[in-house]
Amino acid sequence: MRMSFDIDVGKRLGEAEIGVTFQSGPGITALFGPSGVGKTSLLNMVAGLLHPDRGHIRVAGETLFGEGADCPPERRRAGYVFQDGRLFPHMNVRSNLRYGMQEGGWMGFDEAVGFLGIASLLGRWPRTLSGGEAQRVAIGRALLSNPRFLLMDEPLASLDSARADEIMGVIERIRDELGLPVLYVSHNRAEVHRLATTVIEMRR
Amino acid sequence: MSPDDWQVVRLSLLVGIVAVAAALPFAFALAYALARGRFPGRVLLDAIVHLPLVLPPVVTGWLLLLAFGRQGAIGAWAEKWLGLTFMFRWTGAALAAAVMALPLMVRAMRLSIEAVDRRLEGAARTLGAGPWRTFLTITLPLSLPGVAAGLVLGFARAIGEFGATISFVSNIPGETRTLPLAIYTALQIPGEEQAVLRLALISVALSLGALVACELLARRMGRHAHVL
Repeated sequence: MRMSFDIDVGKRLGEAEIGVTFQSGPGITALFGPSGVGKTSLLNMVAGLLHPDRGHIRVAGETLFGEGADCPPERRRAGYVFQDGRLFPHMNVRSNLRYGMQEGGWMGFDEAVGFLGIASLLGRWPRTLSGGEAQRVAIGRALLSNPRFLLMDEPLASLDSARADEIMGVIERIRDELGLPVLYVSHNRAEVHRLATTVIEMRR
Repeated sequence: MSPDDWQVVRLSLLVGIVAVAAALPFAFALAYALARGRFPGRVLLDAIVHLPLVLPPVVTGWLLLLAFGRQGAIGAWAEKWLGLTFMFRWTGAALAAAVMALPLMVRAMRLSIEAVDRRLEGAARTLGAGPWRTFLTITLPLSLPGVAAGLVLGFARAIGEFGATISFVSNIPGETRTLPLAIYTALQIPGEEQAVLRLALISVALSLGALVACELLARRMGRHAHVL
């Protein structure tokens, strides 16, 4: 079985020492654990936004960091869905979605918009969106950048249960229909139980 | 308004606009370096940029004379290679105004660059944008309100410049006699109270206009800051 994520990194952040080692197969790999244990830091390291002190990061057989490699974030092709959506406030939804869009990506614009049910939002500005709408746009923006893998940082944390359920459905479809490796951060046991193929529990 | 008044206003506007336009790239680069850079001498650079704000303007003018005069290191070089002279010319008045406006421009732009959420830049990087595209599409548009505020503040400061201008390029009608210098000149002549009043009113109108323009720009671009 080919490894989706093969990670062994260490990083000192102030007083805290983050050390994570795991390998996981296809599907959704959930990073589960209490707040402050370094889950988001690990996602940032995989995305290339944070520099590990040591170790290696391999995704789907490609070394992104370690053994002399240090791929800059713009070439890692990570589809990163941030906890707070992190939509660009000076661009409307359409421009946000198109920001990282690749011609000839495996998902077209209309297809992604239909998949996520955001066709009616295209002309709106991020500050006018509800939490659930913003999160669906953020997922769409990540999918349209033609990613090789997805990083999702508590994408349901700021949503009420109905919205969370809706987004969970979208994530299940990504897992089942698109077959992208997903690294998924959560501290919600039920969410992890429903979505994860592999669970990595992080402790202090 | 008399033809002389018009000449003074035209010259003041020319000096003010050229001063902020010339200072803009330097101001933005300095603001960016001070907001984001971590390099030795950063505190010193910060202090030097702010120097014209606290130094007596006459001293700034004298320093400009030393550096940009015919015998000055930069002045001689500019005349030889760029054909640009500053002494007793409106270009010198614009230079003095630019130096005096620079600290205000840098401050406004720096605050605005510091207010840009760096996590948005990280998001742009993960979406495939390199450092330059990230700068041009995220950092720069999001700091535009500060750039606009800096331009207007700098312009207001530039057309009000007096001390550095008069000690650097003197008070020559049609060349370096901007509004404040014209008011000062009129004050020296008995019976010119009318001219003083007229020029002072023009001064107030220009400054008010600049502040209102600043406010309108901030309203248009401030919180929404739409560029696409």
